[in-house]
Amino acid sequence: MDDGHIDVCFFNGAIRNSEQREMAHLLRRKSKVLVAFGSCAVTGGIPGLANMSDRKGVFETVYLDNESTENPEGIVPQPSSEVKEGTLTLPEFYDTVDTLDQTVEVDYYLPGCPPSTDLILNAVTAIIKGELPPKGSVIAPDKSVCDECRFERSEKSITAVKRIYEVEKIEDRCLLEQGIICLGPATRGGCGAVCPNANMPCTGCGGPTPNSLDQGGKMISALASILGLEGEDKMTDEEVDALIDQVADPLGTLYKYGLPAALIKRRVMK
Amino acid sequence: MSDFEPSVVAFLCNWCSYAGADLAGTSRLKYPANVRSIRVMCSGRVDPVFVMEALKDGIDGVLVAGCHPGDCHYQSGNYKTNRKIKLVKRLLSDLNVDPERVRFEYISASEGQKFADTVTDFVGQLKEMGPNPLKEGCK
Repeated sequence: MDDGHIDVCFFNGAIRNSEQREMAHLLRRKSKVLVAFGSCAVTGGIPGLANMSDRKGVFETVYLDNESTENPEGIVPQPSSEVKEGTLTLPEFYDTVDTLDQTVEVDYYLPGCPPSTDLILNAVTAIIKGELPPKGSVIAPDKSVCDECRFERSEKSITAVKRIYEVEKIEDRCLLEQGIICLGPATRGGCGAVCPNANMPCTGCGGPTPNSLDQGGKMISALASILGLEGEDKMTDEEVDALIDQVADPLGTLYKYGLPAALIKRRVMK
Repeated sequence: MSDFEPSVVAFLCNWCSYAGADLAGTSRLKYPANVRSIRVMCSGRVDPVFVMEALKDGIDGVLVAGCHPGDCHYQSGNYKTNRKIKLVKRLLSDLNVDPERVRFEYISASEGQKFADTVTDFVGQLKEMGPNPLKEGCK
């Protein structure tokens, strides 16, 4: 196949080993248009949370420490091993998960986990009609998930942060107002707000909104401006700390799909 | 690490802390020259992204200073910033970056001495901590 033979390539998945990197380079060369398809390719996705650890850590958990794993000889995958027939090789597993555009040049982005059928249809239609937006565009609306959500925010203050299971009855109004962390304000729409519409908070698969450098950072701003406003002038610092403590697992919540694309993309491992 | 000179960026609110820093200058108070001040209209203007980007680019410490509780020119910007910085610190400790590299202080326009003391203390603390681990770039 000649270079540039493929008209459009929808590339799925983040880059965490040498095979994926090779495929990315190969498909980049063979494709006229390369589209990062889905959260993993666009922002790293769930696998990107492995940036909280490194290869050693991942291997230890998966092959050694896991309770249900029996591996007395402590065998972990090696990039190459000698057997009598010759050398066997495996792709090299990297310490850090990268997004597609950190590996090769990407022409368009189609975020979502998974990208909604409407978004895919829009992209395909645009490609067929030759009406593609400028290179580097995200083929999704510029507005946030809130814009597509059926709930309207009225009160802009919450007194407590809750996880979804801690809420006895989910009311028919903005989830953030009910104290549930919903990433809608910091997340690009195009999904039709399917999660909030089903009474589940947005977890941010659409990636950051346009012109925002960091999805989690934006959500921190949004949270900080509504959390504990009642009597904020009389609150002691300890009381504020207690409020902030209610945000369980900030990193996992704010960067569920986007750690490799965040400003600080991995945990420091020393 | 005795010859390590940390770089500090300070986001100072126009109405209190920047005036406080100014007072430290006009009163000829001494404080380490490691700090680069950036004036913002309100500490509430400081987006968590500013802090994270500064750290990512290799700044060793970030100081954010605003008006005392109740004194904010815009009524509540300093309360919001307090919450923001606390959340950013949680995030940083998850990322194994010492959260003490980020500091939020209330410094009023009359507290030139407090500004000088804060900077002196912060720079001393950062010297002990050593360079920002993100300086070599997060690979």
